[in-house]
Amino acid sequence: MTSVETRPVLRVERICKKLGGKQILNEVSFELRKGELKVLIGPSGGGKSTLLQCINFLIPPDSGRIWLKDQEIHIHRKRDLYAYRQKVGMIFQDFNLFDHLNALENVAIALRKVKKMAKREALERALQELNRVGIGDKAALYPAQLSGGQKQRVSIARALAMDPEVMLLDEPTSALDPELIGEVLTVIRNLAQDGMTMILATHQIGFIRGLADEILFMQEGQIIEQGIPLDLLTAGKSSRTQSFCSKLHELSGEQEL
Amino acid sequence: MLETVQVIKDSFPYLLEGAGVTAIAVVGAMLFGFVIGIQIAVAQVYGAAWLRRAVGLYVWFFRGVPILVLLFLFYFGLFSFLGINLSALASVVLVLGMTSGAYQSQIYRGAIQSLPTGQLKAARALGMSDSRAILSIILPQALRLSLPGFSNEYSILLKDSALAFVLGTSEIMARTHFVASRTYQHLPLYLMAALLYYLLTWLGVKGLRYLEEKVRIPGYSYHQG
Repeated sequence: MTSVETRPVLRVERICKKLGGKQILNEVSFELRKGELKVLIGPSGGGKSTLLQCINFLIPPDSGRIWLKDQEIHIHRKRDLYAYRQKVGMIFQDFNLFDHLNALENVAIALRKVKKMAKREALERALQELNRVGIGDKAALYPAQLSGGQKQRVSIARALAMDPEVMLLDEPTSALDPELIGEVLTVIRNLAQDGMTMILATHQIGFIRGLADEILFMQEGQIIEQGIPLDLLTAGKSSRTQSFCSKLHELSGEQEL
Repeated sequence: MLETVQVIKDSFPYLLEGAGVTAIAVVGAMLFGFVIGIQIAVAQVYGAAWLRRAVGLYVWFFRGVPILVLLFLFYFGLFSFLGINLSALASVVLVLGMTSGAYQSQIYRGAIQSLPTGQLKAARALGMSDSRAILSIILPQALRLSLPGFSNEYSILLKDSALAFVLGTSEIMARTHFVASRTYQHLPLYLMAALLYYLLTWLGVKGLRYLEEKVRIPGYSYHQG
């Protein structure tokens, strides 16, 4: 699953963030190699979402360093920052599709306005990406006309169109009705199998078991455990991750996917 | 009675021309106010603290002083003090435009702030600069939401434009006043003026309502099914 390349695609070092006097992130570090899927799990309020948003500076970290391949990213070098964000696809829990644009235009707009592609070319590429996530037939529909699962797939297509080197997925299925989760997970699974480098925050434990290269367990702003799923999730092991996950199972009665 | 009919017949084309002048003044002022209002709104939502304070002062000034005072202040006061030689109509467009800009800015600000913050986040995450995101993502949505307020502002400004007659602009009110003071047919003439204002209001509001329908995002407005 993990292709062997030594140089990390994304390196995050000692990120700290305080919000409203509370330490949300406390010296968080990790790295992603090409084709790796790492999964962030842990209780709500543990800093997962803040971490993901700090990685592409939607929330500026107070301190810490971030590299994409060999380039260190500085928030004040705007041009570099915008170029970096193009290469780091972001998927949000509540989709954040552009409400005034149809599915096709949602995917095409950054191609046109950021990558300066010609309209025709951008729309062609957009349709290609919508087909890739299985909703080419919904291209003309507006976000308000799509189901949650379809919206999230459009948002994945929108990120993919930018040819990202890394994708950050912030609980992509948490806002979905249970029957819609599967279609989004399928898309993510396909991406993982195609070798997309990703970090994914999720509560879908069953889903990640066979897919994640590493689990990062986050609590109170720190990664307190990390390791391969087999080590952390196997019943009987006394890991913090394991007890958290069994609690999740008890609460949700979640079926393994 | 016959005299009344004759006066109305004779003065109608003259007053209708006045309606054209009123329309030019109001459309000009609305557009000028639009340009000012958008920039103020963006500055108030996204600007640095000093900029927010500066445009805040502008808004307070134009909302806090009567239009009649502003017209005299600019036309007889500031413009002649600065040696700017503007026609009465141009002055009216400027003063009404600046005033409307202050009011319009608050319509746009409200609309921008009512958008989910995720819209800007998603735009930034795709590599858009803030100005690009505001132009391509925020304003197209905010302006749609602003149309009812804009339509309201139009109907208010249209009637405020009657004040322009104090500068001798040859709009509806000034022309009606002129004819009435010569013919003493006040009742029919001012009724006609009233009717012209009403028609302009109706045209503008209906036109904007049509525009609102036309740019409505499919599936987005739930309130009328």
